[in-house]
Amino acid sequence: MKQRVDASRAVLVTMLMAVMVAGCGQQDDELTQQSSQQALQPLALESAQAISAAEARPLVVYSSRAEHLIRPVFELYTQQTGRDIKFITDKAGVLIERLKQEGESTPADVLITVDAGNLGYAASEGLLLPLVSPVLEASVPAYLRDEQNRWAGLSLRARTIVYSTERVTADDLSSYQALGDDSWQGFVCLRTSKKVYNQSLVAMLIAEHGEQKAQQIVTAWVNNLAVAPLSNDTKVMQAIVAGQCDVGIVNSYYYGRMKVADPNLPLALFWPNQNEDENSQTGVHVNISGAGVLKHSQQAAAAQTFVEWMASDDAQTVFGSVNQEYPVNPAIAVDPEVLSWGEFKASQLPLSRAYELQPAAVKLMDRAGYR
Amino acid sequence: MKNLSANETILEEPDKAVCDAVPARSVVATRKFNASTTFGAQPILRGKTLWPLFLLVLSVPTLLALGSVVASLFNLDADTLNHLVDYLLPAALANTLLLVFGVALSSAVIGVALAWLTAVCDFPLRGFFTWALLLPMAIPGYVMAFAFVGVFEFSGPIQTLIRDWFGSSAWFPDVYSYGGVTLVMTLVLYPYVYLIARNAFQTQGRRSIEAGQSLGLSATRSFFRVSLPMARPWIVGGVLLVVMETLADFGTVATFNYDTLTTLIYKSWFSLYSLPAALQVASVLLLAVLVIIVIERRSRAAQRYAQSQHASLSTARFALTGKRCWLAFGFCLLVFIFAFVMPGLRLLSWALPNLGGDVKGYFFSYVWSTLSLASIATVLIALLALLLAYGARINQSWGTRFAVRISTLGYALPGTVLAIGLFAPIAFFNQWLQGLGVPVSWLQGTFVIMLMAYGVRFMAVAYAPIENNYLRLTPSIDDAAHSLGLKGLQVLRRVHLPIVQRGILTAMVLVFVDVMKELPITLMTRPFGFNTLAVRVFELSSEGLWQRAALPALAIMLVGLIPVVLLINKTDSEN
Repeated sequence: MKQRVDASRAVLVTMLMAVMVAGCGQQDDELTQQSSQQALQPLALESAQAISAAEARPLVVYSSRAEHLIRPVFELYTQQTGRDIKFITDKAGVLIERLKQEGESTPADVLITVDAGNLGYAASEGLLLPLVSPVLEASVPAYLRDEQNRWAGLSLRARTIVYSTERVTADDLSSYQALGDDSWQGFVCLRTSKKVYNQSLVAMLIAEHGEQKAQQIVTAWVNNLAVAPLSNDTKVMQAIVAGQCDVGIVNSYYYGRMKVADPNLPLALFWPNQNEDENSQTGVHVNISGAGVLKHSQQAAAAQTFVEWMASDDAQTVFGSVNQEYPVNPAIAVDPEVLSWGEFKASQLPLSRAYELQPAAVKLMDRAGYR
Repeated sequence: MKNLSANETILEEPDKAVCDAVPARSVVATRKFNASTTFGAQPILRGKTLWPLFLLVLSVPTLLALGSVVASLFNLDADTLNHLVDYLLPAALANTLLLVFGVALSSAVIGVALAWLTAVCDFPLRGFFTWALLLPMAIPGYVMAFAFVGVFEFSGPIQTLIRDWFGSSAWFPDVYSYGGVTLVMTLVLYPYVYLIARNAFQTQGRRSIEAGQSLGLSATRSFFRVSLPMARPWIVGGVLLVVMETLADFGTVATFNYDTLTTLIYKSWFSLYSLPAALQVASVLLLAVLVIIVIERRSRAAQRYAQSQHASLSTARFALTGKRCWLAFGFCLLVFIFAFVMPGLRLLSWALPNLGGDVKGYFFSYVWSTLSLASIATVLIALLALLLAYGARINQSWGTRFAVRISTLGYALPGTVLAIGLFAPIAFFNQWLQGLGVPVSWLQGTFVIMLMAYGVRFMAVAYAPIENNYLRLTPSIDDAAHSLGLKGLQVLRRVHLPIVQRGILTAMVLVFVDVMKELPITLMTRPFGFNTLAVRVFELSSEGLWQRAALPALAIMLVGLIPVVLLINKTDSEN
């Protein structure tokens, strides 16, 4: 019995030691060292110290764009301006709810999300500050920004058609809605309707064709499915390669990644809705990752400067190239690899409509049985 | 008062384990055995006001979190709810029930079978399987799902091979199906039943079987009539954790695009922008769990389990021979391959080509923060659970019962919902303090909140095994201790601890592994710049970068080994 107690003590002591070491230990990572030290000494917003040192105060970003895709941009900013950036990542819906609850006490200055719908939602909840910004107006096309500049796109991705180069030719394809034609019965793969990218796409269909027609299109897609909707875009492309289906709809950068990993990939992108005829002139559906300045930011001017910087030269290049996306700023050159997929006419529908129509789009897909 | 006593026979076998057909040599000894099913013991009431009060204070964070979920019922979002009811709810409800039923049943069967085999029988590699079969617990459900789907789906290596050889793989069962999602969830959740049930079987040893045999039952019938019923609280405790985890899961079902109630919660919140509707669905989920728990308690209340704790006397195992031996070995091997080797290899094959690029300084900082965070949370939560169980034992007033019931409910909610439910009161408190001019940023985004949130979420996990081990202590033991002059916490330290320590260790392993895998609470409450392995896996995998997510996922599995091995060394050294 005695021996047993000793052994359990040994385990406890080991655990406690781990705890203590953890408490005192320094992280050896040069990249996170700075921020983790700050974590132990959280920012005291109200203290006199902080106010006197306002110039040097780091900007705080809440981001639903993944860390490895934003960190290079933030590091570049710190390098160029000397101002540190602290950030956390989470799902957009959670970050927005968190901001609502934090209210005026939020430490955050900037919100970054990966879908216009989420930014629209944050704006409608009164979280984002309207900006007077000639810089943003000059750098970001109007349809990729909020009317009041409460948010602006920073990188652009196309949600387009991908097809098997072994079994399909580009001539067989024309528009999103044509994927509902009988000739495609049993040949279409789609990602689940729960992903916001598909919700925005269908929101665009509603904006262009009206709800009734949009539902017909979606129902026709569902009837043409070769397999039940898949969990992500990569799976859609893998299914096409494996011969489970012939066409699908994916975000351009997912295609880019697979193409880099396997240059002989038997897939190609098709840019739909490029023709002049009435039904398919609307252009390719695009979406953004974007940012807005928070209304309760204690340093809104600095935050605005930062957002404007992200829409400018250097940042735009990084933003696009880290994830094979397109810069929103038309003055910036597209990454050569991305450019090799071909040029296209993008749908000019204001992305703010995507948020307004998103609940309708979700319900429409539920009614159409698109899981 | 029913007291089942039996003279039991103990067989001592030579210390070897190979599948030879020669029955082991046996030495006969006699032992008084007490498998008492004692009814009608006196309820105990000590520390009349202090303990209920203390435990109620402990349950406040959970109460607040659950309260802000249930409060949503006062403001029904009829529009969203109508849509859900018309198009999604019936299917989601049916799916949820089927999934919970399937996962609970298969986890119970697999977990109990493995626990029995490794605790009471002997066969080749038993020692290895004893700890190895716990390892799948360290794999986050959605990682297992992705690895599984990656191997068995149409475009995966197995079906591709089949097509290369036979031209068609049409006969291959569809992976994206009820069977697929049930199997995957069972593979990550059976260890909860296995670990807790093994505790019971280890104490029973083979005596229960022999008690049955001495009453004229066959060994098989003894297992079902004596051993299994005696282990019931342990098994049910483990299965309840599995049920709660299944109800709360989002990542795994999302990989299979299998719609459950959590799917509706996420859809309402993130797609239809209605947090109220999401919380209203979550309230239904919470109610369901509460009903299950109450039913279980009621049916258990009729019985009392007070097991003898002379574990050291049950050293002798049934040495399996011949066909039975190979069957036991094969079964363990099969589960181990499916639940660990297969996903491990899949992850390894993704991780290896990227090793050079991704094993940098910050990778080790993720490992370190995961390890230290999980250790702190484990010690803290196990301690609180022990106090909770101790309080519930010495004081069975409605106050303690209520506190225990509430404190262990946090596990049933999807982590994201719990996190936001917890965040609401914190943010409110923060704003209030700030209004008073108090600088309070220490509260938000610090480890204090993080640990509190983990406590709310994982109390059930720590409480179940500790509470079950308390069943080993007959109520009279406390009286004996008091009569010997021990007071208050001295009883806990000197009498209870040595006996419930196995439960505490089990609790620590479960909490450690669960905290390590935890995602939504970590994401929401972590300080700036603080990342765990689970966060890393999530960020990379949500971008579809599974090749890079595989490395941190493997690291979670490896770190999870540490407590598992510690525990097994500990508990098995007793045998």
